[in-house]
Amino acid sequence: MPETTRGRPIPIQMTVNGIQRAADVEPRTLLVHFLRETLGLTGTHVGCDTTQCGACTVHLDGRAVKSCTILAAQAQGGDVTTIEGLANASGLHPVQEGFRQEHGLQCGYCTPGMIMNAADLLQRNPHPTEDEIKHALQGNLCRCTGYVNIVKAVQWAAAQRGGGDVPR
Amino acid sequence: MFPASFDYHAPTTVPEALRLLAENGPDAKLLAGGHSLLPAMKLRLLEPGCLVDIGRIPELRGIRREGQTLVIGAATLHADIATSDVVRQAAPGLATAASLIGDVQVRNRGTIGGSAAHDDPAADYPVILTALDASFMLVSSAGARTVASGDFFLDYFTTALSDLEIITEVRIPGAAASVTSAYAKLEHPASGFLVVSAGVRIERGADGRCRTARIAIGGLGGRPFRATAVESALAGHALTPAAIAAAAALAADGSDPDGDAYAPAEYRRHMATVYVQRALEAAL
Amino acid sequence: MTQHPHGTTGLIGASVPRVEDLALITGAGQYVDDIQLPGMLHMAVVRSPYPKARIRSIETAAARAMPGVAAVITSADLEGKLNVVAPPMFPGMQAPPTPALAAGMVYAVGAPIAAVVAATRTLAQDAANAVEVEYEPLPATVDVEVATAPGAAPVRDELQHNIVYTTVREGGDVDKAFGEAHHITRLRIQSPRQVVLAMEPRGLVAAPERPGQGLRVWISHQTPHLARSELAAELGYPEHLIHLSAPDVGGGFGSKSGIYREDLLACHLALKLDRPVKWVATRSEDFVATNQGRDQLMFSELALSQDGTMLGLKVKLLANMGAYLHFATAGPPQRMMGMAPGCYQIRNLRVEVSGVFTNTVSTGPYRGAGRPEAVLNIERLADLAARELGLDRIALRRKNFIRPDQFPYRTATGVEYDSGDYEKALDEALRLSGYDAMLRQRDERRARGELVGVGLCSFVEPSGGAFFESGSIRVEPSGAVTVLTGSSPHGQGLETTFAQVVGEKLGVPMDRISVRHGDTVAIQQGIGTFGSRSAIMGGGALVAAAEKVIDKAKRIAAHLLEAATEDIVLEDGAFAVAGVPNKAMTWAQISGAAHRGRIPADMEAGLQESATYDPRRESWGFGTHVALVSIETNTGELKIEKLVLVDDCGVLINPKIVEGQIHGGVAQGLGEALREHMRFDEDGQVLTGSLMDYAILRAADMPPLIMGETETPNPFNPLGVKGVGEAGANGAPPAVANAVMDALEPLGIRHVDMPYTAPKLWAAIRAAQGDQGA
Repeated sequence: MPETTRGRPIPIQMTVNGIQRAADVEPRTLLVHFLRETLGLTGTHVGCDTTQCGACTVHLDGRAVKSCTILAAQAQGGDVTTIEGLANASGLHPVQEGFRQEHGLQCGYCTPGMIMNAADLLQRNPHPTEDEIKHALQGNLCRCTGYVNIVKAVQWAAAQRGGGDVPR
Repeated sequence: MFPASFDYHAPTTVPEALRLLAENGPDAKLLAGGHSLLPAMKLRLLEPGCLVDIGRIPELRGIRREGQTLVIGAATLHADIATSDVVRQAAPGLATAASLIGDVQVRNRGTIGGSAAHDDPAADYPVILTALDASFMLVSSAGARTVASGDFFLDYFTTALSDLEIITEVRIPGAAASVTSAYAKLEHPASGFLVVSAGVRIERGADGRCRTARIAIGGLGGRPFRATAVESALAGHALTPAAIAAAAALAADGSDPDGDAYAPAEYRRHMATVYVQRALEAAL
Repeated sequence: MTQHPHGTTGLIGASVPRVEDLALITGAGQYVDDIQLPGMLHMAVVRSPYPKARIRSIETAAARAMPGVAAVITSADLEGKLNVVAPPMFPGMQAPPTPALAAGMVYAVGAPIAAVVAATRTLAQDAANAVEVEYEPLPATVDVEVATAPGAAPVRDELQHNIVYTTVREGGDVDKAFGEAHHITRLRIQSPRQVVLAMEPRGLVAAPERPGQGLRVWISHQTPHLARSELAAELGYPEHLIHLSAPDVGGGFGSKSGIYREDLLACHLALKLDRPVKWVATRSEDFVATNQGRDQLMFSELALSQDGTMLGLKVKLLANMGAYLHFATAGPPQRMMGMAPGCYQIRNLRVEVSGVFTNTVSTGPYRGAGRPEAVLNIERLADLAARELGLDRIALRRKNFIRPDQFPYRTATGVEYDSGDYEKALDEALRLSGYDAMLRQRDERRARGELVGVGLCSFVEPSGGAFFESGSIRVEPSGAVTVLTGSSPHGQGLETTFAQVVGEKLGVPMDRISVRHGDTVAIQQGIGTFGSRSAIMGGGALVAAAEKVIDKAKRIAAHLLEAATEDIVLEDGAFAVAGVPNKAMTWAQISGAAHRGRIPADMEAGLQESATYDPRRESWGFGTHVALVSIETNTGELKIEKLVLVDDCGVLINPKIVEGQIHGGVAQGLGEALREHMRFDEDGQVLTGSLMDYAILRAADMPPLIMGETETPNPFNPLGVKGVGEAGANGAPPAVANAVMDALEPLGIRHVDMPYTAPKLWAAIRAAQGDQGA
């Protein structure tokens, strides 16, 4: 195929935070850039280029994934939730509230990815042990908090669910 | 970081994927989960002109038993392998290896076939699949062939897979009560890839003794290292702690690893003995 | 609890949730990379892959011809302009300017060679990759001892030698002390080079304002006003026409201070092209384009009497500064000058500090910025001295501590420590850690053949010494309060902390106060956040501004209530004549009057006051950290089983935020102790250039922390506060180092430098076992 036509935009569509979105994008467009630049959802961050830091974590079809290592085209037809879509009309997601209650963030840059990953954990495992929380956060780096209060924030959220009174 | 430009196709059947591979020539690469390929493309270590995304081919996904063979579709996710009861029962070492790859998010996207085809010498699957005597079903427009892991993983980032082939299945023999397996890994503190790891498969006789042992070690070179000295030392013997320790001490015999900035060769060789012992203990 | 000389709202000392958080947990934060402007272009930088090379040629034609490319520039386009210029901090300092684009020669991996601007980030990257540079690689100098050896090749062509500067400070009679000493403990100790690694990489957006009206800059930065001044000077652009702001900043830890080459390039190109230009570093770029930390080599000698009295200390320090100096590169090793003796009375001191050029990435301030190195040095010496003299290491420390009654204490080199009670923090740490039981446990496990060690570190944390800080308080006509602080935060929660301070002083609830920062137009001249300074400096300025506002409000109240000003009291957020609380006037009433002319004839309208604060001295926080570690003999794996942290930073404004600062400092400190090490091979090539190779701690790596505190208010600060941001990074690494060395003592190992990676400890253990076996 002649090089000049390489990378021609392709149409993609997906559901993002409950809304149908469609656009023509270059095939090399990463999901994180589609979210941030095409859709203007800048809550999802980029903190590295080697799939290590987890700042770009979103949910794709119900699973936590690193949106810096997925082509937007691979999410074609998928269901994406970003940090902007986590809270709903009745309030913050318990993990978001936990981060606030337990001082689980400082500069806030890793926070959206942390929250999305922790929310995924609680979906799979509503009552994780401390070790399970730490292990689940393996793919999310934070440079400010030493993770201590992040773990507490997740525990806070789990405890809310345990009480049957999920504040959301 | 962004990949260089490429064309993108998302076939929904294997024949269609094969046709796209053939049409686009050596410039085309298969994309499954993308968790080996895309990082390399973002750093522009690889610049394929065309990606054929096989992540939408349903027949490439799934885990099943065929008699004593465990069959895993090439596009099956690490997370699904790690949490599969079928895998845990038939090849526990494989479930463990899958659970130790990267992190939650990586396991939610990466695939067994993708990792095997990439053949990173620091990846987990080549090691455990070699230990398990797995074979790969490779399909091309010319037909299908089966390649044993020993003939599949050749050297650093080099496998027997040709440009015109697709891995459709990974087949793991010997899912029987007499066979067990385990995997133990020393992880690099930054990348999460292995520094050294050991996969073991033990088949026991009716008397409880080891009939055969297959042991593969990662981190000692460009392909999984078969610890034949350990295998011989264990075969026919009772698996006592002393016998295991004595056999494990031979783990690095015959290996000649390169060191790197983190782990010198001597350390790798010693860790091979430690992790073979740990894997053997975990298998019992 | 100490009685605080504060108001009655209870805000100071309360762990109120942060007001910053709601935006940040919902994805509504606004970091530099979130800024999108119409017509914005993106910059990518071509960088040297070599530590030292001559540039034979640069071919840009192919890149220029690519779609979407607006400009490709090299040093030829800059005509010698556009240099980062490090301020000459010391007499005779060699500080050749750092050209924004390398001219003829490159002296470090990552040095910018060309800048490309294109319509999108991807096109810019594509075009940067199409720039062809031909290099002639040259032998590089990586090691400070090699660089300072006689006849060493110059790191840069324009250098006479590779010393950036040497400063010496001496007090007492060092030669006499060493001559009379019973014992001298000697140590060569290297602090490992660290990557700062704020989660948000550096970046900026530069946009020309309407023609002739200036330059708008959003930059991820710790000190916006200083950034603007430096930018103006280095761009040759009028300072008052630059409107610079720091939006949400995703961490900095010292690295986002000063102006870097890419900052100049983006601003230059925005002005040249009359278009907004964005540059945000990729993580890999950030590894080689942003100042790194530590990397100090120390040669130390501690002279002692037989009973363990510390008689004298000599330190010679070689600090690796890399090839290019930025704003604060030269600063960190100077910390050794002021705090070499740590917590101890050492009356005879000689400290010699040299900055050294090498063909490596630049260094600069990183959480602690010379403090952790100084603490590591003296605390390792203290442990070794105790071991060599056969004395108890706690007793040796107690014997030499500066006593509480000696404060303010002037060291042998003339530095004044304000206050402290080091033994109190030590005792609390020993109590919390169950120290004696821990030693018994260690001995039992040792007898079983385990490698177990207990270590501690008593440290000082000087903070808040450099520059002034500013604060303004404006009481709006509604009685709501707008606070403007010069302390532009990058994660410290100052919007909350300062609202607590102002709320407490004015008696106004926090939800009626907003704290603004980080904008050179909106905010009066100020400085920023670094060196654990903000509570001290920004807080101090706001207390002064609050006093002025209250003073004016009282005069207005007196006018309205027809009373004498000195009879007016501020109670529960309202002004009244003392003893007549039922006629109290609210802030809204006072401010309404101030803005509507109901004020004394000789008074200015409005109710806003500004103040600056400069105590012209540092605050000296302190603490003791204790670690219990074990090492697996067979693998070298180190486990921190217990870590006890007792910190004293004076009065706590928001204990939860303070605790968070300690957690974070400890995590970075443990990273240094356990695994973080930026490495170059002997040819100068980067060995750990990404997060695939350079390991920071993950959640599962954090040991349980046992936190304690003592509270010794700062007598020289109106809030009684001291800095704390760097405490964890100062105290934890030496505690772990001492514990590791304690664990290895039975093998006869005297010293191993951090980080204690498993392969390194395994090799040390094996070598020692070989020695013992021989």
